[in-house]
Amino acid sequence: MVSGSSPRAGMAAPVTTARRRHVSRAWIIEFYGSAIGKKAVMAITGIVLLGFVLVHMIGNLKLYYPNAERDLNEYSRWLRTVGEPALPYKGFLWLVRGGLIISFILHIHAATTLTLMNRRARPVKYQGGRSYAAADYAARTMRWSGVIVGLFLIFHLMDLTWGWRVVHPDFVRGQPYRNIWHSFSPERWPVSVVYIIANLLLGLHIYHGAWSLFQSLGWANPRFNSWRRGFAGAFAAAIVVGNVSFPIAVLSGLIDDPVQPKDTEAVAPATFEAPVWTPAGTGSTSRGL
Amino acid sequence: MNLNLTLKVWRQKGPADGGHFETYAAPNINDDMSFLEMLDVVNEELIAQGKEPIAFDHDCREGICGSCGFVINGRPHGPMKATTVCQLHMRNFHDGDAITIEPWRAAAFPVIKDLVVDRSTFDRIIGAGGFISAPTGAASDANLTLVPKATADLAFDAAACIGCGACVAGCPNGAAQLFTSAKVAHLNLLPQGQPERWSRVTSMVNTMEAYFGSCTNFRECEAVCPKEISIDFIAKMNRDFLQAKFRDRRKLVNAEAGEDAG
Repeated sequence: MVSGSSPRAGMAAPVTTARRRHVSRAWIIEFYGSAIGKKAVMAITGIVLLGFVLVHMIGNLKLYYPNAERDLNEYSRWLRTVGEPALPYKGFLWLVRGGLIISFILHIHAATTLTLMNRRARPVKYQGGRSYAAADYAARTMRWSGVIVGLFLIFHLMDLTWGWRVVHPDFVRGQPYRNIWHSFSPERWPVSVVYIIANLLLGLHIYHGAWSLFQSLGWANPRFNSWRRGFAGAFAAAIVVGNVSFPIAVLSGLIDDPVQPKDTEAVAPATFEAPVWTPAGTGSTSRGL
Repeated sequence: MNLNLTLKVWRQKGPADGGHFETYAAPNINDDMSFLEMLDVVNEELIAQGKEPIAFDHDCREGICGSCGFVINGRPHGPMKATTVCQLHMRNFHDGDAITIEPWRAAAFPVIKDLVVDRSTFDRIIGAGGFISAPTGAASDANLTLVPKATADLAFDAAACIGCGACVAGCPNGAAQLFTSAKVAHLNLLPQGQPERWSRVTSMVNTMEAYFGSCTNFRECEAVCPKEISIDFIAKMNRDFLQAKFRDRRKLVNAEAGEDAG
């Protein structure tokens, strides 16, 4: 029953038409064609990217090793040579990079198409405004945190992977320790500021994403449901604390100046021990290696 | 105690009309009234003045039919938890309050008039699989099929959905995940629902996605649901849907061909 006059009796109900019809296609296309399938893809690619940021952060913790410069540079060299001779030089690295690039593209493509779908689902916004009962700040800003982190990633690659002169004039290929130290040096403080803001946003993105992926993949169980939020929070916190500590450590002088000469890029790891670039008296061989 | 309120109500003559807010004074409202009774009083006054009363859906007025529902101050069914508009009492408001009232906003829920929206897209989702196929003949004994108590309780929690549409209205994406997942889970949990379990979830999700937005796990639906349906059912629906996609696909051909897409 409808109060007042009866609009249903007097007026034809507006026809709501389906946006798209379901067509038989190859199952993987059809799977990705569904929104739940796209969300599953976002969750799985999200897990891949989460794994990357965690390993990336842990790898960079070598900055705090007693012999940080040697260890970090050696680690970066290992990333290029691991799997040899079964894999070619940089083979493993490119396998990982390939997976990351595909994940990144799929994650963004799914997010974009789902966002457009969601916009179409509410063409008329709430004219009197709306209030949120549960959606937290992280969830409501996923789009923005995602886009900003994505843009930062491009800058981050120009700065510390590709070493573009315009971004990072003193970049030396094969010497990540020197590059990190220089990138976060006090005279380049805006780089550190951008880096810290981007990592806080990354943390916000992870705080929602690392929880959300459980729902998207249907991983709900009374045994661990109460842990999902804690897991996402802890993951986000670990990434933010680890990553943000690097520029702070460099800016505060906690990280020693690089001593390896700039031109030793192609030198084998063994030569790193040579006194040629070890300051007199500090003795990089003190660990008894 | 009596309240003097100012209402800002969405008025829309019909589906084609653009609509606008209109402000009404609602003086001397008894705080024992429900929100709908308050609107009845306002409508009586409008009718006495020869004006068009505010159209809104309602039926049982005891929170179980799912007919009523609109957005009050930006929140579907208003500020109280686990409450439909008809169960919302005016004692939850204060004297002098300004209250904004607006219909559900979703492409799938076009406004028919004022606060009344067309929710027949929900019926299409139900039509796509929200049932079990039962052979006719003599009814079997009610307790012939054993259902574990915990399962029955969970299925009942899902079946508590009254289909009011608040989940869609509250969802920033205009998604119908909570409604659909409740209807899927209600049957997919029970033994009687097993024969059509995979085709049901596939068909109902496909139909849902033809009209509504997608879930981004805001949890807004769960918070505004008058029946407190849990988003655990959404996870369960996602799981069933993903599983269905990886099962013997030949068995799904009929289900997909028979799906209702408008």
